[in-house]
Amino acid sequence: MKEYFKHIYQTVSTISIGMNITFKQMFQKSVTIQYPEQRLQLPERERNRLFVNMEDCIGCDQCAKACPVSCIDIETVKVIPGDVVGKTGVTSQGKKKALHVTDFTIDFAKCCYCQLCVFPCPTECIYMTDVFEFSSFNRDVLKYQFADLSPEQGAEKKEMYAKYALEQEEKKKQAAIEAAAKKAADEKSKAEEKPADEKKETDSKTDNKES
Amino acid sequence: MENIFTQWFGNSLLTYILIPVPILVYVSVFALYAVLAERKVSAWMQNRIGPNRTDKFGLLQTILDGLKLVQKEIVNPTRSDKLYFRMAPFIVFTAAFMGYAVLPFSSVFMGVNLNIGLFYFFSITSLGVVGVLMAGWASNNKYSLYGAMRTVAQIVSYEIPTALSAIVVVMLTGTLSMNNYALAQSGGIFNWFIFGGPGDIYKIILIPIMVISVVILFISTLAETNRTPFDLTEADSELVAGVHIEYSGMLFAMFFFAEYAQMFAVSGVIATLFLGGWQSPFGDLIPFLNTPVFQVLWFLGKGLFLVFVQIWLRWTLPRVRIDQLMTMCWKYLIPITLVNLFLVGLYMLIFK
Ligand code: SF4
Ligand code: SF4
Repeated sequence: MKEYFKHIYQTVSTISIGMNITFKQMFQKSVTIQYPEQRLQLPERERNRLFVNMEDCIGCDQCAKACPVSCIDIETVKVIPGDVVGKTGVTSQGKKKALHVTDFTIDFAKCCYCQLCVFPCPTECIYMTDVFEFSSFNRDVLKYQFADLSPEQGAEKKEMYAKYALEQEEKKKQAAIEAAAKKAADEKSKAEEKPADEKKETDSKTDNKES
Repeated sequence: MENIFTQWFGNSLLTYILIPVPILVYVSVFALYAVLAERKVSAWMQNRIGPNRTDKFGLLQTILDGLKLVQKEIVNPTRSDKLYFRMAPFIVFTAAFMGYAVLPFSSVFMGVNLNIGLFYFFSITSLGVVGVLMAGWASNNKYSLYGAMRTVAQIVSYEIPTALSAIVVVMLTGTLSMNNYALAQSGGIFNWFIFGGPGDIYKIILIPIMVISVVILFISTLAETNRTPFDLTEADSELVAGVHIEYSGMLFAMFFFAEYAQMFAVSGVIATLFLGGWQSPFGDLIPFLNTPVFQVLWFLGKGLFLVFVQIWLRWTLPRVRIDQLMTMCWKYLIPITLVNLFLVGLYMLIFK
């Protein structure tokens, strides 16, 4: 019987506490932010869309290797002597840039914003920004090209390198031929010297056998 | 209202078709804005803003929602009973709406002044159960059927405390006509039945009994309208949406209309029985406030206040379990109402 009235008392008192709270809440300022009009100030390095500072990128491909979904595509071309990458040829920390980055695409449709690509970068030039509104109706739009060389320039650089490589190849071949010739010559001269030596050797061998 | 309409249109069929029209208009507008109010109040209670994109304060929200629902296709589930499936929402709504016939909006505006108004009200509104069970059965969906069966169990058992707590007033007034309850409470706020009704000083004894009766009537009508914390019918987390699952478009909206119509109907009954109905709280002090137009305002004010309390409760309490629901009804509400009834009987015997 005591229990019975205790239950009633508990019900009434707890309900009144609850209703009191909700009633008070009604007159409090709402915490909602009217998003498109009002915005929160996000931290600068919020984990959202990536940005690559191409001035500093040395094209080392570390980020692409770290990416778990392989959404970074990097294509590089070696620099030929006499040419510089970008304006200065060095990063802001003074590292020498040895590769032209002809293609640096990040496919944000695939990217899972895990930030794993950010840490391995030796020059800290790939980082996340607070931009998060970039949805689109077309997936191709989400493939962001960061390389500062245009496709034509890229092709030009490739051609230059190909030419240079060819030249080098030629040179190498030349060198190889020369080397071969030299070797042949050496061999020849050696061969001329050899017979006498050989004889001596065979002689000594036979000597050994006999003894 | 009957008198006015017969005066205007004569005693023809047209009169009787026209009488429900203003009430229907009121119910539709009420249902639309009660949905909005529900959303707004819930938002405020949760420190949100609520609908505010349509019009300035989201005033058009539910109207546009309704328009959207009208456009939607009504899907008949395979192997459902088409006729019953389509009929059920209308039965639910009709049952809820028929209750309005006896609600005294003021001393002159009421559908019909039945001499068994209260009795009629309780019997006709509980007919909605048939519609709900029909919907649950015809949907050919186990969750629907579960929901419907729960509703039936719930409503049938809560009929008892509802009726018993209302009978307290019936005993004191000796009438079943809704208008007479309001008439019996004339003369200011202290003559309302929540404060013991008109009478001499001994009525003070009645006050606690009456307050308890109001609370019990409120709780049990809450259960009858399937509002939280008694919304086991819908129970989103267990039954997805109960009987609403298979419904779409306007049929779905019909259920909502019915729910909100019922909310106001039961609030109106509580207001009439205990809160003075259309009586102004100032009684005869300011006779101007007791003219028919103001009476409507008083009645609506009281009804809407109770609707607000329903909404308020909904956003405060979690849903009860089915065994708790039944325990509450059979172990607490019914015995207490019976004791109330006995005490009021004793009071009548001694003081009247
Ligand atoms: S954030 Fe993750 S998924 Fe996106 S590019 Fe970097 S490593 Fe790849
Ligand atoms: S890790 Fe950094 S430097 Fe290397 S390719 Fe990626 S962005 Fe460029």
